[in-house]
Amino acid sequence: MTIQDINTTRRGFLAGSGLVIGVAIAPKFVSAAPTGVRGGGDPALAPMNAFVKIGTDDTVTVLAKHIEFGQGPFTGLATLVAEELDADWSQMRAVHSPTDNKVYANLMFGLQGTGGSSSIANSYEQMRKAGATARAMLVAAAAEDWKVPASEITVQKGRIKHAASGKESGFGAFAEKAVRQTPPAEPKLKDPKDFVLIGTDLPKLDTQGKTNGTAIFTLDITPDNLLIAVVAHPEHFGATVKSFDDAEARKVQGVVDVKQVPSGIAVYADNTFAALKGRDALSIEWDLSKAETRSSEELSADYRKLFGEKGLEATNNGNVDNAFKASGLQTVEAEIVFPFLAHAPMEPLDAVFIKADDGSVDIYNGAQFPGMDQEVAAKILGLDEAKVRVNTQLAGGSFGRKAQFGSPYMQEAAAVYAATDQTRPLKHMWTREDDIRGGYYRPMYAHRMRGAINAQGQITAWEQVIVGQSIMGKADLDPTSVEGASNLPYTIPNLKVSAHNVQLSVPPLWWRSVGHTHTGFAVETFVDELFQKIGKDPVEGRLALLGEKPRHAGVLKKAAEMANWGSPVPEGRARGVAVVESFGTFVGQIVEVSIGPEGTPRVHKVWCAVDCGVAVNPNVIKAQMEGGVGYGLGAVLFDAVTLAKGGKIVQSNFHDYRSIRINEMPDVAVEIIQSSEKPSGVGEPGVPPVGPAVANAWRHLTGAPVRQLPIVNIVSA
Amino acid sequence: MVTFTLNGQERTFDGDPDTPLLWVIRDFEKLTGTKYGCGVAQCGACTVHLDGMPRRSCVTPIATIEGSDVVTIEGVSGKEADAVKTAWAGLDVPQCGYCQSGQVMSAVALLQMVPKPTDADIDGAMTGNICRCATYHRIRAAIHNAANSMEG
Repeated sequence: MTIQDINTTRRGFLAGSGLVIGVAIAPKFVSAAPTGVRGGGDPALAPMNAFVKIGTDDTVTVLAKHIEFGQGPFTGLATLVAEELDADWSQMRAVHSPTDNKVYANLMFGLQGTGGSSSIANSYEQMRKAGATARAMLVAAAAEDWKVPASEITVQKGRIKHAASGKESGFGAFAEKAVRQTPPAEPKLKDPKDFVLIGTDLPKLDTQGKTNGTAIFTLDITPDNLLIAVVAHPEHFGATVKSFDDAEARKVQGVVDVKQVPSGIAVYADNTFAALKGRDALSIEWDLSKAETRSSEELSADYRKLFGEKGLEATNNGNVDNAFKASGLQTVEAEIVFPFLAHAPMEPLDAVFIKADDGSVDIYNGAQFPGMDQEVAAKILGLDEAKVRVNTQLAGGSFGRKAQFGSPYMQEAAAVYAATDQTRPLKHMWTREDDIRGGYYRPMYAHRMRGAINAQGQITAWEQVIVGQSIMGKADLDPTSVEGASNLPYTIPNLKVSAHNVQLSVPPLWWRSVGHTHTGFAVETFVDELFQKIGKDPVEGRLALLGEKPRHAGVLKKAAEMANWGSPVPEGRARGVAVVESFGTFVGQIVEVSIGPEGTPRVHKVWCAVDCGVAVNPNVIKAQMEGGVGYGLGAVLFDAVTLAKGGKIVQSNFHDYRSIRINEMPDVAVEIIQSSEKPSGVGEPGVPPVGPAVANAWRHLTGAPVRQLPIVNIVSA
Repeated sequence: MVTFTLNGQERTFDGDPDTPLLWVIRDFEKLTGTKYGCGVAQCGACTVHLDGMPRRSCVTPIATIEGSDVVTIEGVSGKEADAVKTAWAGLDVPQCGYCQSGQVMSAVALLQMVPKPTDADIDGAMTGNICRCATYHRIRAAIHNAANSMEG
């Protein structure tokens, strides 16, 4: 975004045009400030620009264009603004911005959206400019009022001062006057050496409300006369309703109505329990004629049949076919199968719809692509987009689940609302069962790897075939299927990577770190096996092939230093290594593993080094590495969504789609590489290395390579 | 008709006696700090204190709590609650935050019973609370910090 856009937006705010719609996000029927964050609905806020409002009480509220679901954008974006505004951290607040695909576009996507670990990366200059602009306008207002040159005014920790006259003020006194100042054409940004807030462990803005129960999520929005709706979904992907009997459901105390919607049968009730009890009482016959009826096992076999066929070429360097024909080679082969994975965020999908007197509709949801949700809901409700306001709420996690082309969740929710007379507010919610069985999984993938080692112990050739669904729905090569493999960081003269897209009625989606969830595992376990075959140390072996990748090498060396790599490992334990770049961030991890009580890997310790460029908030970065390790580890150890013979979904809740728990969480030590590179993201990059690092440690410990995930299945098989 | 106290106030409920305490608290009492996460006592997001003990409210039918004393995140108080909330803020434990009411309620109950818990005590008391953001590392540290802050 240019400064002209910011100016345009500012004028829009002042003129009370469409841009301000949705800023008033505290309607009277909502029981608390919607975001639960301090200062949410203060009416006495003067808009400095689209991203910064300053209250007469000295508060500075940042309108975050990115959703806060745990990765820290409220704190991070507010830090960028506060730095250039020279605000005091205690006066900073953050709320979600309104929905506007232009004004609040993710500069990497071209529309409003959160994902790809891009919140800080795409906002780094934009938010600093927003802060610098607001600062310049406050200074101009003070100069005018005090009748002194603006150049003699200083700002520090939220205080505006003119030393010669002894005048001093907070921001609030000039908030209204500053709005009338002309913003600078090109606000001057600080030299990074002058940063006072960026790079420090500022306390997070959203911690308090999330500790005392006052933070408001979508599920917590409870207007009077609220109708609760749940939908009965099929247990096979692609199944449709053949017939249903709702007589018993309608007898349930509190059930108001039952209706068929495109995705199943909706039950409407006065309270949540009645809705759930009513849904349980439905009798539905499903039409399976277009459903996926193959089991996971059958799918796996079908995927592997494609290994020998010509695929979509991703990388073809040197001549792999010739290289494998050379004499005196040792070859290593591996096939690895990855299961479907559900994201299972703590808050299952939900949305609240409230019709206003003028016929417009407010939607409250954890919107990851709010503009897309708005477009889809408007179409289904038969309204102009301007009459549908998507009010983004704090969300109980996402991990990619809420970032969807065409907003299929919103399609269901809006259809459920559209089927009512819309006189009552409606909350549509999914249960955990709907979530685990709801599809939009990390797809199943099968990889076949071949490696060649010559007589001198050099890796001369690497061939990798990847079979699975295209997340992007592409007919040709989907870069997200091969990322991390097609750009293998290791220098190997003959490299060939190809992919096959398969079609299934199980809908695919990105899952925290996307392609790296499987390519990181395949690449990092296979290269480790090759080093073992050659007799090379896993750290030394990698470093020798990372000559052109200094940032990979940097995090690997740092992790090795943290772990005191090479020092004796306690009896009964082994260590494993992995290094993966994702989303422009480099992460090296070393893990220490023993055989746990269930016969599965027990991970005691993780040493993690991360290089994400400028570290805006080191504490948040460390938290994301810790959380990424836990999220990735849980999946690799325990998780799969499987289809039984006939295609029925097996898992349904946390008893059989198991989450990592506190007793299984390793100790995690994190160090951040000092860097002056532009900041890159941290929400996803902590995830990919932990799985292969654990598998490598497990192979060193037991001799058994991990060829199928989750590990719990192969150990108990 | 079921009568109970909620955060110190007497309340009655005359709806479906099968209704889980969770939905009475959220839908009828409009206290939303207690969360739904699984409905089958697997995740702990719905943890409240029932007569002083941690309880998964999602599997507790309202008919079974006649005369009981229910405390939610909105009403939990005392030195253990203060220590836990302070320790949580000190380490910036929450990420998405959705599970944290339940985590705090379980941690407070632990400290009320075991003022100086070991790691094994923490595993025992907190294993029923899932955090999909995996903030466990900080939850453990914050419980130790809270215990230390209550000494003396």
